[in-house]
Amino acid sequence: MALLQIAEPGLSAAPHQHRLAVGIDLGTTNSLVATVRSGSATVLADEFGRSLLPSVVRYQDDGSVTVGYDAQRQQNHDPHNTITSVKRFMGRGLSDIKDAGSLPYRFVDAPGMVQLHTAAGVKSPVEVSADILRALTQRAEASLGGELTGAVITVPAYFDDAQRQATKDAARLAGLTVLRLLNEPTAAAIAYGLDNGAEGTYVVYDLGGGTFDISILKLTRGVFEVLATSGDSALGGDDFDHRVYCWILEQADLHGLSAQDTRLLLTRAREAKEALTEHSDTRITAILSDGHAIDLTLDQDTFRRITKTLVDKTLLPVRKALRDADISAEDVKGVVMVGGATRMPHIQKAVADFFGQPPLTNLDPDKVVALGAAIQANVLAGNKGEDEWLLLDVIPLSLGIETMGGLTEKIIPRNSTIPVARAQEFTTFKDGQTAMSIHVLQGERELVADCRSLAQFVLRGIPPMVAGAARIRITFQVDADGLLAVSAREMTSGVEASIEVKPSYGLSDDAISQMLSDSLAHVQDDIEARKLREAIVDADSLRDATLTALQIDGDLLSADETTAIRLVLDELQAAVASQTTLAVNQATHRLNKATEDFAARRMDRNIQRALKGQNIAEL
Amino acid sequence: MTTEFSQDFFQLFGLPRRFVLDNQQLEQSWRAAAAAVHPDRYASSPDAEKRMALMQATRVNEAYQTLKSPLRRARYLLSLQGRDTQEETNTSMPVDFLMAQMEWRENIEEARDGSNVEALEALSGQLRRENRTLVEDLASALDDAGDLDAAALMVRKLRFLEKLDQEIGDAIETLLG
Repeated sequence: MALLQIAEPGLSAAPHQHRLAVGIDLGTTNSLVATVRSGSATVLADEFGRSLLPSVVRYQDDGSVTVGYDAQRQQNHDPHNTITSVKRFMGRGLSDIKDAGSLPYRFVDAPGMVQLHTAAGVKSPVEVSADILRALTQRAEASLGGELTGAVITVPAYFDDAQRQATKDAARLAGLTVLRLLNEPTAAAIAYGLDNGAEGTYVVYDLGGGTFDISILKLTRGVFEVLATSGDSALGGDDFDHRVYCWILEQADLHGLSAQDTRLLLTRAREAKEALTEHSDTRITAILSDGHAIDLTLDQDTFRRITKTLVDKTLLPVRKALRDADISAEDVKGVVMVGGATRMPHIQKAVADFFGQPPLTNLDPDKVVALGAAIQANVLAGNKGEDEWLLLDVIPLSLGIETMGGLTEKIIPRNSTIPVARAQEFTTFKDGQTAMSIHVLQGERELVADCRSLAQFVLRGIPPMVAGAARIRITFQVDADGLLAVSAREMTSGVEASIEVKPSYGLSDDAISQMLSDSLAHVQDDIEARKLREAIVDADSLRDATLTALQIDGDLLSADETTAIRLVLDELQAAVASQTTLAVNQATHRLNKATEDFAARRMDRNIQRALKGQNIAEL
Repeated sequence: MTTEFSQDFFQLFGLPRRFVLDNQQLEQSWRAAAAAVHPDRYASSPDAEKRMALMQATRVNEAYQTLKSPLRRARYLLSLQGRDTQEETNTSMPVDFLMAQMEWRENIEEARDGSNVEALEALSGQLRRENRTLVEDLASALDDAGDLDAAALMVRKLRFLEKLDQEIGDAIETLLG
């Protein structure tokens, strides 16, 4: 139905009820959920009127799970089982977590992704994130009074494929339909750009709790085109807390603290950092478990001095992104600040100095990402607003494969507009070689060891030939969520192997189903009823879309073709009437198949129309 | 789909099939086409349309990337005329070009070893100017003279320059952190 309004603005489909869709900012420190209500984006608060949900989850031995402020209150008291900043562990192995030693968790070094030992058993970061998402979903459903159609979930632009896939898995585990994974700075740009009618080149500087992103966007007549993005997926407000924590240890000459004391001082450090946003100095007091009292005063200058290297560290990706976008600091019309950490005065000053202009801080840096995500969710759910706008995003890191000698051959360079596909041919190394191992990598470095390994798979059944004679075509496809699928094909024999880049770090479908059935409190009947309901919703929306398409573009079909589609439509209706999930799903599938060719013709016509409109507009 | 995919990238954007093109028109056509087929537009459409949108959006982006870069555009124009640029196989180059290459490499190495980012950026600027001259020559070879052999050689030269610029970029990034 989105299709209808683009193709023929004069006509409108049968009026549809407003679909409930939300934007979720799944943050390192805090998470938010927002929606578009009567045309404007708003953050949904809890029953106490609080917008933020601390991204803190506590697991107890009776299996109970507490999320948010209640969990946060318990973190000093129960640090092992109260997980904070879990986002830093998403899609990461234990060796990736540099400060693991100073964190109060019992890590389990699982293959692919690290896990955490808690009173309620071993939890993967995906499960912890799913618990946060569930709490946000409940908040949204309570506030909106209905079931959600889907959600746009934001991720740092610099998240790699493993981290994105982990986020999508968490949403599936929480029972959420992901309409799109959206890059955080891009979400902020949507909220800012639509709010201010901005045009020109803008920079989004996004320093969150645990991640840093920089994106450069060109805004032209409703098109948000990301020119370049860069960042550091392990740099954020938490690192500033950590510097203050180290400073406390040094000043008070403390060694070998317990997990409780570590958590207490990290909390005090964060409070001190926040206080210094408004005040020139702040007092840090704490009583440790052995009765030792801490009483220190931290002033602005000292804070600035001990965190200077962190601030400087953010400017490197800024330079890199400017270089990639082939622009200089003077070309930038405005710098939008996003993320709670950008409230720190010395960050604002460093950014102002670098770009030669004060940064834009008129939108709440905590909320802007969730608001942008809500606006996109609203469009993707099919509740189209008045304004036509479009997002053209990029992949943050190059994708490639391993070649002889442990070298990386880039197949899709970073900052390519998505969706994108690229194919490249490779050949065999030895005479009679019948299999080829394909190692998929992400990163900028030349050596395989310096890039992130995404997946490894084997193409078998290559007919024996002399070395160099086989032609293996490897195709990379990145979809609009920034997720990669890889396929390989031997061109002379047609042997094929393909893979959704997942198994080496992600959860398998089986693992997700297992977790789902473990966590579902529903009885079997509920699940069946839900499946039927979902099947009918899908069937109805496909039926509506097909009828609308026939109405607008029916002239693209011959009389026979139209009859054939109508026949399948009738079958679908009969299947829905039968109230059998399997029959409905099969009929939906048949209708999808039957309209494939029609869809292709309509898509062609859309491009032609768009270009024609373009040429007329130019005259 | 069949009709659409048989079009070349120039036809796709309604542009004349030649090397020199109106960049602004290319960009505007790309935006219009990308807007028409972007997967976001089909998020609540049937699966068949979703798949089609992904394919078409990918193709539109590929067409834009190909036509936007002078090197890729030249290579593409040559391939449309059945000419392989032999970038991997044909390594014979005029002697003066090879000499210039060696000099570039020495300069880059010197700047890198001296951790001199400014020098590297200056070299990058110089290289991009050289690149522009070569692109102008390519325009006359392809559009005016129709000398495909000369054009193929220029594509190979451009490829060299592009690699050099990438080396400079990598060196700058390494030095910056």
